[in-house]
Amino acid sequence: MNALRKFFAEISQYPSAVVGLILILGLVAFSIYTVVTLPYEEAISLWRGDENVWYKTPKTAQPKWINWFRQDDVPETFWLNTAEGQGTKTEEFSNGTNKIFISLPFEYNSPYFPQEVTIYFTSQFTDKEPFVDVKVITPTGEEIRIDSFAVGHKHTYRFSQDQKLQRRLKGNRPEQGIFMDLETEQLQAVPGTYELQIEGVAFEENSTVDAELVVYGEVYGWAGTDHRRRDITIALMWGAPVALAFGLLAALGTTVTTMIIAAAGTWYGGWVDEVIQRITEVNLILPFLSILIMIGTFYSKSLSVMLVAVIALSIFGGGIKIFRANFLQIKESPYVEAARAYGASDIRIIMRYLVPRIIPLLLPQLVILVPTYVFLEASLTIIGLGDPVLPTWGKLIREGIGNGALLQGQFYWVLQPAVILLITGLSFAMVGFSMDRIINPKLRSV
Amino acid sequence: MAESTLESPLPVVTPKKEHDSALLRVAKYMAVRLVTMVFTVILGLYLTILIANMGGYVDQIRRGEIRDFVQQQVRNDPGMKNLSATQRSKIIEDRIVNAEKRLGLDRPFAIRSFAFLRNAVTLNLGFAEFITADNGSRMVKNIVLERLPSTLMLFGMTNILLFFGTLFAALSLSRSYGSWLDRLIIALSPMSAAPGWFYGIFLIVIFAAYLHVLPFGGMVDVPPPDNRVDYALSMLKHLTLPALALALNQVAFAIYNNRTFFLIYSSEDYVEMAKAKGLTSRDVERKYILRPTLPTNITNFAFLLIGIWGGAPIFEGVFNWPGLGRTQLVAAGLFDTPVIVGTTVIFAYLLAITVFLLDFVYALVDPRVKIGSESRSS
Repeated sequence: MNALRKFFAEISQYPSAVVGLILILGLVAFSIYTVVTLPYEEAISLWRGDENVWYKTPKTAQPKWINWFRQDDVPETFWLNTAEGQGTKTEEFSNGTNKIFISLPFEYNSPYFPQEVTIYFTSQFTDKEPFVDVKVITPTGEEIRIDSFAVGHKHTYRFSQDQKLQRRLKGNRPEQGIFMDLETEQLQAVPGTYELQIEGVAFEENSTVDAELVVYGEVYGWAGTDHRRRDITIALMWGAPVALAFGLLAALGTTVTTMIIAAAGTWYGGWVDEVIQRITEVNLILPFLSILIMIGTFYSKSLSVMLVAVIALSIFGGGIKIFRANFLQIKESPYVEAARAYGASDIRIIMRYLVPRIIPLLLPQLVILVPTYVFLEASLTIIGLGDPVLPTWGKLIREGIGNGALLQGQFYWVLQPAVILLITGLSFAMVGFSMDRIINPKLRSV
Repeated sequence: MAESTLESPLPVVTPKKEHDSALLRVAKYMAVRLVTMVFTVILGLYLTILIANMGGYVDQIRRGEIRDFVQQQVRNDPGMKNLSATQRSKIIEDRIVNAEKRLGLDRPFAIRSFAFLRNAVTLNLGFAEFITADNGSRMVKNIVLERLPSTLMLFGMTNILLFFGTLFAALSLSRSYGSWLDRLIIALSPMSAAPGWFYGIFLIVIFAAYLHVLPFGGMVDVPPPDNRVDYALSMLKHLTLPALALALNQVAFAIYNNRTFFLIYSSEDYVEMAKAKGLTSRDVERKYILRPTLPTNITNFAFLLIGIWGGAPIFEGVFNWPGLGRTQLVAAGLFDTPVIVGTTVIFAYLLAITVFLLDFVYALVDPRVKIGSESRSS
């Protein structure tokens, strides 16, 4: 306990280590928050969900916060649903017909046009479909007739696909035409309160119509959306526990096994040591990523398989030589000789006498290795060997680049996960480097 | 990559003989290294083959392909139309057995793996299934040899530049110990935690996507310029971002590492002595500080280089560089087994050659090899 306090006292001398520690704690808290608020199954079903889940989100929309850096705001995404009590809906039943009047007023203050405008109708009837007439009232009081049509149980009306409406709006695309001043034909939306009016006629007593208006803006949520309308926040959130788990497990697995092998090699010496040394040399020339590519393409891309492969390939890495050099010194110390004198077994000496002495040296190694494996996980995902199910940071980068995010200027898609990766990597590296300087007295003086 | 105190791979040194010349000792050392390296490479290749076969999984794929191919062949043969179903299936089975025999699939894998090993060692890498070389050849060997120069150019050039650049930067930095530049380098050294491709993404966003001054990727303009000067200039333009990405990844850490060793060695007594003798600071640096740290620096550089070779597929993938690594990625995407295995074999060779060359340089600069002393650094 005292040693731990001393260690923290020493590490607080290094500002970069303090910053790193705070960032790591933040990341761990963020991961726990993610796992608690967005359980695994829910995240997977959301991430693999199709248009049924994501019909209300725009395609490749930028994150909300970009409006903080702009003078003229880009439109946000919003929706109004009469089934949820938004807007007003009146019904009047007489002579066997149900007259329905729906009014959905909304503010539109951006000078830019929305990406898309869509109305999702739902209706109840047994035999005869209700009929609706759709109008838009602009802030200047002008009335734009949109269309009239019969509504099935589920009906989707997309403004952008209405060719007739486009002709009536002087050839302007409908989602733009209804928001602009048609007199001047300036490509700028007129701000103010718009109103969507739907007059419907249903031909049965309990038959009714509900409408949901979705105005797809250019920004959505705190992280934006991708080409399949999915909210990037999900992948950003779930990337944290996945990356941390992979990085920590791989670093721990590698360093601990490497250390035990090095300890056994130095203790037994002779041919055991020789074999370990030769395996290390063979391992040095095995192309790491290429072998992982082979495993990924021929066998399995699952994250756990990759984790095992990564650890197996890293055990006989360069670290073994550092540990070996240190164990050679410890092996000669008097207390090990004393242990041998009282008849301690080989295993006991290795596990109870050699290994504990090396742990201070192991800790910075371990912390420095974490970002290596965090980035390795991202690398594997980016070259297409990522876990097929999990939403991760690497997957965002891969999909972003693969779908032309850099060419079309959708930088948020690639840069957000990249910046989080950078923060994760740097926080561990800063702590590890400081620990290295504290524990390696040779480095401390300079 | 905090392998700064790594022990260098020295062999068991032969007993000291007074009359051996330094040259002979280096030659002997290298001969021993060469023999061990050959064994290491063979073992490494064999392991690669074992992994590639993945417990018979690849054999299953190949058997399935053979069956498919033979069935297609028989079905499309007009001469077989009139045969009965049993006759036809007998012909199919016969042909499958023949084809498997021809490809050696009937022998147990333990024996076959040695045939594979012989092929791998002699670079007889078979034929690609989908990928072709630019001259239309399907031989994996030709595909690999065609892509190899661009990989070597990218990594070779940038790494040599970085090695000498960081060495001399560190030397001049060790003079101004504690300055703001020195502290900046220490603060930036954790940047090595992120790999080169990662900085590549940021560089591509800034210089290619936003500023439009440098290309997104590739090796030369499309179409490639006709005359040589333009070709070289275009290549240089495409090399800038990858080189910069590798530099961002390594520079701070390499300078920090080298500088630390220079500082440790510059407080040695013999350096003080040299200064007291009145030697110029240039001479002191060259002969008394740089010289004894070179073996350590070269070992560090070796590990760095090996790490970078390992990351070639993704680095080339991000920069769309038409080298070996990207070929491997494309092959992985197309399930082109021979190309995947072939490129892996070549990467193993490249790593072995790198280790051997660095050993050679090491033997040249490390006085312990030349003198033949048995002392080892720890």
